[in-house]
Amino acid sequence: MKTPLRTLGVALSCTLLITACSTPSDSTAACAPDDAEPVTLTYTSWIPGIEEVVQVWNAANPRIQVKVQTGPNGNGGTYQNFFNQLRAGNPPDLGQIEYDALPSFRVQDGLFDLGACENVTAARGQFIDWTWDQVSFGESDAAYGVPQDSGPMALFYRKDLFDQHRIAVPTTWDEYAAAAEKVKAAGGYITNFSQSDVNQFAGLSWQAGASWFASDGDTWSVDLTGPETTRVADYWQRLLDRDLVSTVPPWTTEWDNAYNSGSAWTWVSAVWGANSISSGAPGTAGRWAVAPMPQWSAGGTVAGNWGGSSTAVFKGSAHPYEAARFALWLNTSEEALTLLAEKANLYPATKTGASLPVYAQGVEFYGGQKIYEVFARAATQVAPGFTWGPTMTSTYANTSDGFKNAVSGRGTLADALAAAQRSTIDTLKSQSIPVKE
Amino acid sequence: MRARIAAMTVLGVCTVYFLTPIWWLFVSATKTRAGFTSTSPLWFADFALIGNLREVLTYRDGIFLRWLGNSVLYTAGAALIGTLLAAMCGYALAKYRFRGRELIFNVVLGGVLVPATALALPLFLIFSRAGATNTFWSVFLPSVVSPFGVYLARIYAAASVPDDLIEAARIDGAGEVRTFVTIAARLMTPALVTIFLFQFTAVWNNFLLPLIMLGDERLFPVTLGLYTWNTQVNQVPQLRGLVLTGALLSVVPLVIAFLLLQRFWRNGLGTGAVK
Repeated sequence: MKTPLRTLGVALSCTLLITACSTPSDSTAACAPDDAEPVTLTYTSWIPGIEEVVQVWNAANPRIQVKVQTGPNGNGGTYQNFFNQLRAGNPPDLGQIEYDALPSFRVQDGLFDLGACENVTAARGQFIDWTWDQVSFGESDAAYGVPQDSGPMALFYRKDLFDQHRIAVPTTWDEYAAAAEKVKAAGGYITNFSQSDVNQFAGLSWQAGASWFASDGDTWSVDLTGPETTRVADYWQRLLDRDLVSTVPPWTTEWDNAYNSGSAWTWVSAVWGANSISSGAPGTAGRWAVAPMPQWSAGGTVAGNWGGSSTAVFKGSAHPYEAARFALWLNTSEEALTLLAEKANLYPATKTGASLPVYAQGVEFYGGQKIYEVFARAATQVAPGFTWGPTMTSTYANTSDGFKNAVSGRGTLADALAAAQRSTIDTLKSQSIPVKE
Repeated sequence: MRARIAAMTVLGVCTVYFLTPIWWLFVSATKTRAGFTSTSPLWFADFALIGNLREVLTYRDGIFLRWLGNSVLYTAGAALIGTLLAAMCGYALAKYRFRGRELIFNVVLGGVLVPATALALPLFLIFSRAGATNTFWSVFLPSVVSPFGVYLARIYAAASVPDDLIEAARIDGAGEVRTFVTIAARLMTPALVTIFLFQFTAVWNNFLLPLIMLGDERLFPVTLGLYTWNTQVNQVPQLRGLVLTGALLSVVPLVIAFLLLQRFWRNGLGTGAVK
């Protein structure tokens, strides 16, 4: 025991000396190639199988090697680790950050603005416009990450049950509500109201044209109670009041079972939901199909988005240019996107990503339907301009608390949003983030 | 008689309460993915345990086995060394008179009150400064110390190692180290087993420290590995089955440790009582 302890003690004092003596690297360095290649980059991500994707890059780029670090998903601990590492001054060069978490890293000044990198700004046109909004926050020359994946939404439905009961597949939200009654009469629920996962509700509000946050330079404004969000809340409140949707908590075995046993007939979800159904309800193989999301006005073509992430470069990275090159390869090259699709069901954020061969085939679970054609169209129809706030964790928590109350009859969804609006403003203030009331 | 029935009832309820989750875990781990969501959670359906085990052990080149191995290394190593340190420290505090003895003891006692969770972040910052995060040592070293172990060892040494015996050993010419190893440590065995078991479970279940320190999957202990899989279930739902079977496997070493050591433990407690 003594030896390792002593070794570490020696190592410890040496490192302290070295860090004390060497000049800190210039963290605001412009985005220029490092002449002293080779460089080694560290990249933290929780994408299952990411090592295999990075191996392809490493094999082709001996002078820019990437070391992968993994861990639990962002909210499961990795974001907290990023913040700890930023505080300790040794974040990885690159990290995976979901769109809804990017603003919190930006207000903490933890991200390198890739707008300084010519290779990144030149690649802007390759990404679907709204995904670029997610990383630029509407600033014209900024990019706080490279868009990675997206979650365009559509309607998953039990084709067999709809056919059997001669119910038309709803194309508008009015038809959806009407269908909900018929489904109830047939002994099922059209879907569940997601009381604890606010992200689905955010996606629905996104489709309705809401934007929950806005930042004008440094000052943030919060809008959880705008007319678009309220419209969505009132709509689901009516369905809840008439007991036309179930309230099974999402992501539980109970919820899987509702899909498996035919008591839930539809799910308005993102592209990755295809996999959630096929593995959560394997007994229903061949009976599902996918249609575009119901619309607020007949003939409309607007989709919502649920999920998606970016590859960000942290401030303090000594090699932002090389990091940006890797991030671009990871999120635009066909081989990387194909691997990400196969290993982790990531649906790309690029314009050409939807035409990858992996997405051209029919999916057996969905009766051979080419379901990704629906999502490819939806991806281009996602409303632009939706912005996330810098304190999403607490906004989600407050909203879902209120939703849970509303589901059990205490208050309404609108009440929940009003309360979340107030507490979000308070949270922003308590973190000294300027907020407009 | 009535008191006996009441006691048995309470014990029975407690046993059921504690064993139900383990039973559920065992039953769930035997099911196929389809059976898991659609059959009764507390009784067997299609028996697929062997297939599930094979899947856990081979998924991603058997990374789970490596995690299990890491946990054993972290745990057994830290528990052994931790017990030894606690024993020496507790013995010294109980049997030697020196300046600052009570102060040291009180500081150690204060350490019992500080939750390990609260120390994780400061430890990260220190190790980070030393450039030693994401290494084996960043998890191992902090696990070696156990204030509670020192406390227990001191109390037990004071009560079970007679001063006269130590005097006799000295008169017979034994050095201090020899006295400790051959006489005191043996008398303290029951306390040491207790400390070892406490340390073992504490380190085995330790989660926050590895979560904060480690980024290299190959260094993860099994708790962090399973947690990581569990957070990825939405992306790769296949992992739900792996998490269940893996969780079942991960409690096996704890059960073995308890079954092997409880004999010593009970023996020791008994000895004290009769004396």
